[in-house]
Amino acid sequence: MLIRWSAAAAAAILLSSPVLLQSASAADKPTDPQIAHVAYTAGVIDIKAAKQAQKKAKSKDVKAFAEDMLRDHEAVNKQALALVKKLNVTPEDNDTSRALSKQASDKLAELDKLSGAAFDKAYVANEVAYHKAVNGALETQLIPSASNAELKSLLQTGLKIFQGHQHHAEHVAAELK
Amino acid sequence: MPGRLASIALAVVLLSMVVPARAATIRITMENLVISPAEMSAKVGDTIEWINKDVFAHTATSENGDFDVNLPPKKSATFVLKKAGAIDYYCRYHPNMKATLKVAP
Repeated sequence: MLIRWSAAAAAAILLSSPVLLQSASAADKPTDPQIAHVAYTAGVIDIKAAKQAQKKAKSKDVKAFAEDMLRDHEAVNKQALALVKKLNVTPEDNDTSRALSKQASDKLAELDKLSGAAFDKAYVANEVAYHKAVNGALETQLIPSASNAELKSLLQTGLKIFQGHQHHAEHVAAELK
Repeated sequence: MPGRLASIALAVVLLSMVVPARAATIRITMENLVISPAEMSAKVGDTIEWINKDVFAHTATSENGDFDVNLPPKKSATFVLKKAGAIDYYCRYHPNMKATLKVAP
């Protein structure tokens, strides 16, 4: 129980507060090139997590979930790359992207130490928290800040599919208990 | 004369086989993670064509195990209805995508 609480607290701290809200300060609203970079980075993070899960997961449901994440996030990112090329925009690295990547690599290392059912639980719990955080950021910051209509629309499609992922992850998490 | 009769008989038989079936192709789209129309009436022998307009892979998978059709991004695929009844189906990758076929005999 203590472990579960501290893990939840850590996830909440890692995911909600510092990084994703950083770009929320009204003073520095993210630009389209920055938004594109954050969205793409968020996709890459989940792809890496899915690849790790494909290797380490034990449960059939968890493996299938990881495969779904890989398929969808690669599709979104492919679409994102095509869009930035079309719009002639160069995604711009920024503090939010950097912090996201740093947290994600720490998480990968942490999960790497686990195996079997413990890995499955931790991976799926992180997927729930991660999609919640990304969806929150999309809804409250990235989508409202996007000025290009096509970028906005891609982010909206992303939000819809990631909300599905969050439900799916919550469902898998419930099955694992 | 018997020859003509036979050919007429054959034509009648063939016609009766072809006409009442009048199989139709029914198109259902998957776009922005929504199946539409979500409820569709059809008849046994009709072809359902699902058109995936998304960049995501989808499936049309029936709850009763009758079909499991793969729909790669921006592709379509078909299935010929063989049994009557109400068939609920969904996308295996995005289980929030749900729809029903009402198949008449």
